[in-house]
Amino acid sequence: MSSSAIYILDIKGKVLISRNYRGDIDMSVIEKFMPLLMEKEEEGLLTPILQTNECTFAYIKTNNLYIVSTTKKNANIALVFVFLHKIVQVMTEYFKELEEESIRDNFVVIYELLDELIDFGYPQTTDSKILQEYITQEGHKLEIQPRIPVAVTNAVSWRSEGIKYRKNEVFLDVIESVNLLANANGNVLRSEIVGAIKMRVYLSGMPELRLGLNDKVLFESTGRGKSKSVELEDVKFHQCVRLSRFEIDRTISFIPPDGEFELMSYRLNTHVKPLIWIESVIERHAHSRVEYMIKAKSQFKRRSTANNVEIVIPVPHDADSPKFKTSVGSVKYAPEQNAITWTIKSFPGGKEYLMRAHFGLPSVECEDTEGKPPIQVKFEIPYFTTSGIQVRYLKIIEKSGYQALPWVRYITQNGDYQLRTN
Amino acid sequence: MTDSKYFTTTKKGEIFELKSELNNDKKEKKKEAVKKVIASMTVGKDVSALFPDVVNCMQTDNLELKKLVYLYLMNYAKSQPDMAIMAVNTFVKDCEDPNPLIRALAVRTMGCIRVDKITEYLCEPLRKCLKDEDPYVRKTAAVCVAKLYDISSGLVEDQGFLEQLKELLSDSNPMVVANAVAALSEINESSPTGQLLVELSTSTINKLLTALNECTEWGQVFILDSLSNYTPRDDREAQSICERITPRLAHANAAVVLSAVKVLIKMMEILQGDVEFCNTLSKKLAPPLVTLLSSEPEVQYVALRNINLIVQKKPDILKHEMKVFFVKYNDPIYVKLEKLDIMIRLASQANIAQVLSELKEYATEVDVDFVRKAVRAIGRCAIKVEPSAERCVTTLLELIQTKVNYVVQEAIVVIKDIFRKYPNKYESIISTLCENLDTLDEPEARASMVWIIGEYAERIDNADELLDSFLEGFADENAQVQLQLLTAVVKLFLKRPQHTQSLVQHVLSLATQDSDNPDLRDRGFIYWRLLSTDPAAAKEVVLAEKPLISEETDLLEPTLLDELICHISSLASVYHKPPTAFVEGRSAGVRKTLPARQGSDEVSSSVATVIPNQESLIGDLLSMDLGGPTIPTPAPVTAPTSNVDLLGGVDVLLGSGPDLTGGAAPSTTGLLGDIFGITTTPTMYTPPKSLWLPADKGKGLEIQGTFSRRSGQIYMEMTLTNKAMQAMTGFAIQFNKNSFGLAPATPMNITALQPGQSLEYSLPINPSGPVQRMEPLMTLQVAIKNNVDVFYYACQIPIQVLFIEDGSLDKRVFLTTWRDIPSANEMQYNLNDIKGTTDSVSNKMTLSNIFTIAKRNVEGQDMLYQSLKLTNNIWVLLELKLTPGVSYATLSLKSRSVEVAPFIFQAYESICKN
Repeated sequence: MSSSAIYILDIKGKVLISRNYRGDIDMSVIEKFMPLLMEKEEEGLLTPILQTNECTFAYIKTNNLYIVSTTKKNANIALVFVFLHKIVQVMTEYFKELEEESIRDNFVVIYELLDELIDFGYPQTTDSKILQEYITQEGHKLEIQPRIPVAVTNAVSWRSEGIKYRKNEVFLDVIESVNLLANANGNVLRSEIVGAIKMRVYLSGMPELRLGLNDKVLFESTGRGKSKSVELEDVKFHQCVRLSRFEIDRTISFIPPDGEFELMSYRLNTHVKPLIWIESVIERHAHSRVEYMIKAKSQFKRRSTANNVEIVIPVPHDADSPKFKTSVGSVKYAPEQNAITWTIKSFPGGKEYLMRAHFGLPSVECEDTEGKPPIQVKFEIPYFTTSGIQVRYLKIIEKSGYQALPWVRYITQNGDYQLRTN
Repeated sequence: MTDSKYFTTTKKGEIFELKSELNNDKKEKKKEAVKKVIASMTVGKDVSALFPDVVNCMQTDNLELKKLVYLYLMNYAKSQPDMAIMAVNTFVKDCEDPNPLIRALAVRTMGCIRVDKITEYLCEPLRKCLKDEDPYVRKTAAVCVAKLYDISSGLVEDQGFLEQLKELLSDSNPMVVANAVAALSEINESSPTGQLLVELSTSTINKLLTALNECTEWGQVFILDSLSNYTPRDDREAQSICERITPRLAHANAAVVLSAVKVLIKMMEILQGDVEFCNTLSKKLAPPLVTLLSSEPEVQYVALRNINLIVQKKPDILKHEMKVFFVKYNDPIYVKLEKLDIMIRLASQANIAQVLSELKEYATEVDVDFVRKAVRAIGRCAIKVEPSAERCVTTLLELIQTKVNYVVQEAIVVIKDIFRKYPNKYESIISTLCENLDTLDEPEARASMVWIIGEYAERIDNADELLDSFLEGFADENAQVQLQLLTAVVKLFLKRPQHTQSLVQHVLSLATQDSDNPDLRDRGFIYWRLLSTDPAAAKEVVLAEKPLISEETDLLEPTLLDELICHISSLASVYHKPPTAFVEGRSAGVRKTLPARQGSDEVSSSVATVIPNQESLIGDLLSMDLGGPTIPTPAPVTAPTSNVDLLGGVDVLLGSGPDLTGGAAPSTTGLLGDIFGITTTPTMYTPPKSLWLPADKGKGLEIQGTFSRRSGQIYMEMTLTNKAMQAMTGFAIQFNKNSFGLAPATPMNITALQPGQSLEYSLPINPSGPVQRMEPLMTLQVAIKNNVDVFYYACQIPIQVLFIEDGSLDKRVFLTTWRDIPSANEMQYNLNDIKGTTDSVSNKMTLSNIFTIAKRNVEGQDMLYQSLKLTNNIWVLLELKLTPGVSYATLSLKSRSVEVAPFIFQAYESICKN
């Protein structure tokens, strides 16, 4: 069991829409939610789970909305949170943006969705593509009654039958995000690569796909141990992938959903040289000024280029009169973020750039201490994967026997890329 | 065009207007009106007055309109039960609609209308829908059975819906199977008797495992959760379940992953015997757990709370993954705090350097709560990882140098614990601590500092000045600090009696006269009497060596931990409380426990069970209070003797004492006697005598007897009666070899027993004779001889006479021992008819040499941790769970020689009842 009721609240805690599923908790219990949330926040004990005498609230916050689930049983709380995020995802796919206005504008559809997504606290059909086939925003325009798509209860619950495209195409994007945490002494504490293979599928019928990667485990088991391969630490698949098949012979086989989706994600803990390394020297002269010397180094192959590099450097919130000096890119002061952003449109591998910044500080110091936010870096390197992962083949088999073209792109970008400062 | 326009009508007479629109003949108008009604309902207006008009719109071909009317019905049917009946016909009709969407909608909605009269009509349509040709309807009907059970469990059982539901477990459609299993699990959990209504059989499990590969992500969670309640028949089945579930660890949905982890850990418990299999499985668990930390923060939080449990249960799984728990700047605070907790649990000598540098980094952040916890964590690392204690202390000192007020205070609190753990090692830093005396404003930090000064009074030259400065504001201090000051000054006095008499007098008078805190006053009086009566004893008591502090703090108690492991991914696993603690009534369900292990006893369990060591327990360990626990069996207080002049000043105290208290105090020795429990006759429970040798078998000699233990000596207590016509002489006694090597310590010393005479005789017994295991274990065969003949009889030794006086284990030793003894050596027993409170029971036990090592209260239950030692040096560790006001209790026993268990249970039984 999971949810007794689901509420969507505005930022002040007013109920925008709600649905009672189990009728075991008085719906007015939601009035306690906001006061409790504020009380816990004040005490510094805020958690996404709040407890009252009558029930437990589990909530997430998105776009100034609270999505709240109540329960008075020992609910599967992991399921509740994943499901709440799923609601947001489905509604965003329906209304582009889930916000106060779109809820008012679509309350009839939202009621219908809430009825279909979950029954008596048990999540049911949550695939928005399939839902859109029988719960439509223009329902009143249809003369014929909608029917349930077979997919709802099919083993293949994510794809409808009878899809037709004139040109059968598949796009594969291999996107690797680099997470990095370095301390102020310049030591890398943690670095990992989180990769994702995203697909856009425009294929007719019910195609069977098989994806071949240079997976180390597979290569070793098939005696190709010497070829260049990648050890994927933890792989997560979209529900369309046959997990037991993968477990047996590492084959990634699936019938894809139509359109865009994330096929799989993986994680690697291999220690790679940080792609973009920042050295910072910060000289703080209390009551007068603070000076920054930032050196950015690109530590990847010369042939590659990082695009749209943004280096965000935190500055004291009472800093004033900014002065910058750099030979490359542009620097902007964003007082609302207490940071400066150094943007470099194109940053080739093996280069080193320098930027200096100067700020005035007030002679009277502010009482509250500030934290030490880290320097953050954003970047994108096309045609390049840090891990060396490669798509070896994508086989597409459909009973009508059409030929389809797979397109593959590689890109490496920043993930959680933080460098602590002194 | 958007729906928001429906919200805009706010004029007066709205209800009336809506009413007429609802009754409009035009379909479009009607639908618009219903939408307005729903819009009003959404914003919280009461539109129940329109009930009949809305229900009239129910019969429509328009699906959208129908859904809205159904929605309205669900909201208001309860407030208008009589009118709700009007809807029944349409419902029944809709359940037969050619469109499966409408059939399902009708049965789904009907189940949500919790009105008795409607429920009656639900049964027939539901029965049909459960057999519907369309799987969409069947899966909806399956959930509806659970709904009906919630309203009327009797109806579901009587109408045979349970059987129908069970049949759905074999349905060809995986979604139907998943919903059926979800409904069944819910019904099982809420069964009023706690008895499972539907048991899963092996063949059903196989069907579920097959459906697992094909159903939606949510369905997979339902199936996995129900599998976690299943106990396989044998190792092979457990293994095959594991193999079929492991692929789920690669699912993108975090809930699927956690539920799979739950099942796997439970199965591993069963498969302990197969070390290799378990190791492989353990290795597979780590990566998915780590990946959970890249999910949304709320999911991360749930994952971290669960990892906290898993790390306690199976420390090996994540021992190499320390780095993933490093805190990120933008983590929400609740994630940060949980990560910190896990970091400490994973800290070991191998990674301590990294951990410390991280913790130091955190200690300079801005969030006060987080910083405090980080500082505390450094202290915990020092206590946990012994070889790195020095580095931790250095780090703490560096932090003290920052002079950030709350950092300094927190550091001092943990340094006090470090001093306790490593006495005489780091005292050189005391001077640095003393420099920060003035900045301490929190009671805990002040108390800690005072404790340090008192404890090391002999090394701090100006200890008297420091304490004196605290005394100035004595009355304004927190009680914790006052108590500490009192003790510290007394310690100082005992260590450096010169020049500190006035100080101690001052503090004693502050405590006894000016304070109305009874604890403080009583402690003041005790010290006073002690100092005035026997300063040597005072020294022994006040400056007694303290038990060492324990390494691991706030581990969950093993039984609770096992239960929580069964609840992974549920709320209980986040609260770290059993469901009974927060779920009301019957829905709390049956208590879950891990299945018993099937492996052999010899398996060295890496998953050692750990005895609690929770805050309360640690609390009293750390308690700098002198009361109770820190007084090791005090030496009996002797009358004041020449010792008095050890301290010149005592006379003054002696003289002034009674005056100050107005002579109201009782005689000193009496008071002390009471305090230290030196009652005149502390006796162990002795069972009543039973007839050992009847007169007809003993040729006139009748023996009744029992065993007792007094002042560490075992006695065989006998009443010998001569029922013969002649005097009996020449008595001698001999024991056969027995399990505990009991033998008479002295020969029997009875000269003669005249006819008709009855004689009480106590025979001292030593446990140093020849040993031979008897069956039953406690049997003692005795031969007694007199001038008439030799007689044989057998008697049972009550095991409690074998409990020796030094059977009290140190808390730390207790913990490690409990951990080391394999759980196969654990036995459970239920005690009934217990009289008295926990404390009185505990006291009774102590008299029988069953020593209570710690006591804590968990959810209203008192847990007593006890130990005892038998004459042959067998240790027995016990956990006694009592619920105040209830006369039964649960006893868990662990011992390397588990054969003694039944006799120990007997002993408990008899001690508790008397």
